[in-house]
This record gives sequence, structure tokens and C-alpha cells, in this order.
Amino acid sequence: MNNHAIKRKKRFHIPVFDIVNTLIMLLVIAIMLYPFLNTVAISFNDAQDTLRGGIGLWPRVFSAYSYEMVFRNRLMVTAAFNSVARTLLATVLSVFFSAMIAYVLSRQELVGRKFITAYFVVTMYVSAGLIPTYFLIKKLGLLNNFLVYIFPGMISVFNVIVIKSFIQSLPDSLTEAAIVDGAGHFRCFWNVVLPCCKPVLATVALWCAVGAWNSWFDTFLYAPNADHMTTLQYEMMKLLSSSMQTGRDTSSIFGNNSQQANIITPVSIRAAVTIVASVPILVVYPFLQKYFVKGVMLGAVKG
Amino acid sequence: MQKSNLGKRIAKSRSLYVMIIPCMIFTFIFAYYPLTGWIMAFENFRPAKGYWGSKFVGFDQFRFLFEDFEFWRAFRNTVVMSMMNLVFGFVFAIVFALLLNEIRHSAFKRITQTVSYLPHFLSWVIVCALVQSMLASDGIVNTVFSKLGIIKKPVLFLGEPSYFWWVVAFSNVWKEMGWNSIIYIAAISGIDPALYEAAELDGAGRFRRMWHVTLPGIRSTIVVLLIMNLGSILNAGFEVQYLLGSNGLLVDVSQTIDIFVLKYGMSIGNYSLATAAGMFKTVIAVALVFSANAVANRLGENSLM
Repeated sequence: MNNHAIKRKKRFHIPVFDIVNTLIMLLVIAIMLYPFLNTVAISFNDAQDTLRGGIGLWPRVFSAYSYEMVFRNRLMVTAAFNSVARTLLATVLSVFFSAMIAYVLSRQELVGRKFITAYFVVTMYVSAGLIPTYFLIKKLGLLNNFLVYIFPGMISVFNVIVIKSFIQSLPDSLTEAAIVDGAGHFRCFWNVVLPCCKPVLATVALWCAVGAWNSWFDTFLYAPNADHMTTLQYEMMKLLSSSMQTGRDTSSIFGNNSQQANIITPVSIRAAVTIVASVPILVVYPFLQKYFVKGVMLGAVKG
Repeated sequence: MQKSNLGKRIAKSRSLYVMIIPCMIFTFIFAYYPLTGWIMAFENFRPAKGYWGSKFVGFDQFRFLFEDFEFWRAFRNTVVMSMMNLVFGFVFAIVFALLLNEIRHSAFKRITQTVSYLPHFLSWVIVCALVQSMLASDGIVNTVFSKLGIIKKPVLFLGEPSYFWWVVAFSNVWKEMGWNSIIYIAAISGIDPALYEAAELDGAGRFRRMWHVTLPGIRSTIVVLLIMNLGSILNAGFEVQYLLGSNGLLVDVSQTIDIFVLKYGMSIGNYSLATAAGMFKTVIAVALVFSANAVANRLGENSLM
């Protein structure tokens, strides 16, 4: 009887919990996706029609004109090119150097290993700050120079630590064989260790790529008025701050040409730029999910 | 004898030094050398005169800074916003991880988790643009709230100083909840299933099992992350505050130490004062990080995994 009562209670309670929980999760999905999907809908909707409001998840009057305008704008094309270029270069170089440092720091025979490790780790905590860094960049002649997107963040100590703890988890026999064979350390690193590090390198590469693609502050600080240096995020930031200051007003770079048959509005342009500036990352990350979950764990343990 | 031994050992692994020394020089240029710029904080720095030619004023810049109402306002804003980010960030990520763990349908679970990461990969510029359009007077938030009868007329979320900290906190929750929950979900998956079976045999329901098995199982993870995050309490971020709060009405609540540095350094050109503020922040942050580490070690909670 008692047993029966427990069973009945369970049978009655569990579905309620599951239903409520599933609803909460669906709500989470909706909250996470809605702002983005709404922007996609606005970006593909006719600009004038959008001003009437009420666009939800689907365009009312389909138009790809906003995208056409974005891709016909010289500044936006430069921005897209720079964003892609800085992301590719920064990712490749940063992953290479971080992995190389990680390899060296993982070698037991390195004399002064503790000191060298500390030398890098200190920079994680102590940074000179905005103004001294600005003067350094200026002194090095990196203002308005594309290399400012590559150099300052090229060695990420956090990533070094993540890669290093991965290398240390590899069996020693792996590198011993290569060293005994007389291969130098660089060949051992390049031919033996790197290929084994693919999972962690994928994680770190994703972090670097996301960081490089998403940054706007370096452009803002080191090349605010150089058209040849602009990036998608920086253009997006300009669109955002002009709308923050003036409400929904005309944006600076596109202007509103009254002679055009098709009207463009800041809202629609902004939606299109938002999509252009975020889609490349969003199509990549779900495929790297299994890697970065592990990477987060390595980072949390050591960080 | 000792020396030649050391020399031999170094010579034997010289290719390692060939690999590491250029990286060390590079790090010196970009991370150590700029520290000499801190000298500006003790000077009345003029770019034309350089670090060595400017007038030395001792701690005058710091004295001025600590008497400046605007600096303490920035300090308050930084601490309040990062505390709010910390509390809401933790609570939402943990609750989300607990609830997600209770989803039995594995494909639905995986999809929910993948979707929850999405905002993490968007830049703050994009997130702020989305936040701005969602919170607009004709945006979804106002529409839903008025349909539910919570509000009678549209609220200007971004025009009212008293809402600003909440906007920042919930933008952070939206962006990072899924990402921050990764670590808890991983910790939960490490809990011994036998504990759940035992609890079930004892007649514990879903909530009791979450409370008495899952939460204690991730307690050490929570404590370590909490302590570590307390160490970075002066990093409230500045992007969202700068992008959404540059409006004159909001400066009183949006200006953080980083924005203070940016304003005095880059806009006003008072490099010495800005450097002093930045230096103050770094020194406090380092002290906090070290105390946090010490506390974590003392509690014996460093065995995260």
C-alpha cells in the first residue's frame, strides 16, 4: 500500500517537472535565438516596410537590398577584407607561437624552466595598461599599421598554459623516440607533438579567431580615422554609436540619397551588417563544440 | 665542474633556447617594456618632453585622483557592476546547468546547450546592437511586458539611469550563461551515478536529488570559480558600458575605471592621471588575484577536477 502510494506520487510528479523543465529550456532557446533571428528577418525585409514595425521572425516584404548596399559600399568591403585577413593571420601566428612556447616549457631538460614559465605567466596579471601601451604602439610606428592587429596579442599566455597541460598529458615515449632518433627539438615539435595536439589546437584556434574577429577596440584606439584599417566590428560600432547618440537617425557612412528608388535606413543597414559580422563565427562554432568544451576544462583547472 | 655541467646541459638543449628566446624578447617588448610608462603616473607628463624630461611630481597625481569625485564614482560603478555580473552570472549558469542536466532527451539537451553558447561568440558590439533593438520602445521586451500587463506604456530601458546596471547585468547573463554553464555541466557529469540511485532508493524526488546530490557534487567547482572571480572584481568589462552608456544621461552610472582612463588619457590628454588610475587598478587587481589564490589553497579547494 505504502509502496503503491510512492509509485503513484512519482508517476504524478515526474511528468509535471519534466514538462515545466522542457518549457523552461524552450524559453531559453527562444530568448537566445530571438534577437538574432529577428535581426535576420529585418535584414531581409524591405527597409521602408521595416519602419512600420512589427517584424518578427520572418520578413514581410522580402528584399536583399540592404545586403546589396553593404557589399557595394567601398568601406564595408575593405572592412570585410580586413576582418578576414586579421582573423586568419592572427589565428595562425598566435596558435603557432603559443604552441611552440608550450612545447618548450613542457620540456624537463630546459634549464631555467621555472623562471621562463614565470616570466610569461607574470604578463597575464601585470599589464601596463591603456596609456603606456598606446605610447609603445605609437613609438613602434604601429599606429594606422595593419600589424597592430597581429603583434600585441600574438602570444597568449593563457593559451600557452592550456596547450602545455595538454602536451604534458601526452606519453613521454612519444617524444623520447624522436629525440633519440636525433631529430632536433623543432622537428620533434613540428612533426611529432603538433599533430597530436589537434584537439587543443582547434580549441585555441577558435578562441583566437573569435577574439580577432570580434575586436573593435584596437581599431578605435590605434586607427580610428584610417579607412584602410577599418574592420566589420568597427563599422558596426560606428553604426551603433551614431544611433545611440541621435536615436534612429541617418548613419554617417551610407547617408540617405533621396534620388534613389530604393530607400535605405540605418535600422536595415545595421541589421545587415550585424549578420555579415556574426555569421562566419556562428557557422563554425557548433562543429568545434566537442573540442572547446574540453579546452574550457583545461583552462579552468590551470587558470 | 658544476658550471661546465650547467653549460653542457644548456648546450645540449640549445635548440629549445633558439625557439624560446625570440618569444621572450617579443614578450619583453610588448608586456614588460611598457611598464616603464608607469613613470608617467609620478610626473606631470608632456609627450613633447618624454618620460625622462617631464617634471617629477611624486604622488601628486594619486592625491589628485583620490580626491576626485569622478574617480570614486567610476570605482563604485566598476565594483557594483562586476558584483552584479558575478552574482547573476553564477546563479543563472548554475541553475541552467542543473535544469539542463535533468533533460532526458539527449538530442534536445545537446541542441539546447549548443544554442545557449551562441551569444558567447558574438562581439559586444553586436550584442549591444541586439540589446538596443530588443529594449527599444517598440522592441520585443516592451511588447511582451505590455501584453502580460506588467507595464502600461513602453519603458525607455536605455534612457533611465536606474535601469542601466540591470541592463548590463542581464546583457551579461544573456551572453555568457550558456558558456559559463559548460564547466558545471562537465562537473555534474563527473558525479557518481550510484549516488543518484541511492538517493532514489531512499525516496528522494527530483528536487531533493538536485539539492542533496548534484549541488554538493559541484560545490568545490562553484567555490573555486567564485573565489577566482572575486579576484577580478575590478574587471567589470568596459565595452558594454562604453557602447550603451556613453549617452550623457547615463555617465553617472556607466563610467567604469577603464572608461575613466580612456576619457582622461585619450580624450582629455591628461596622460599622467589616466596612467595613475590604470596603475591603481592593476595593483589592486594583482593583490586580489593573489589573495584569491591563497584563499583557494587554504580551503584546499584547488582540486577542481
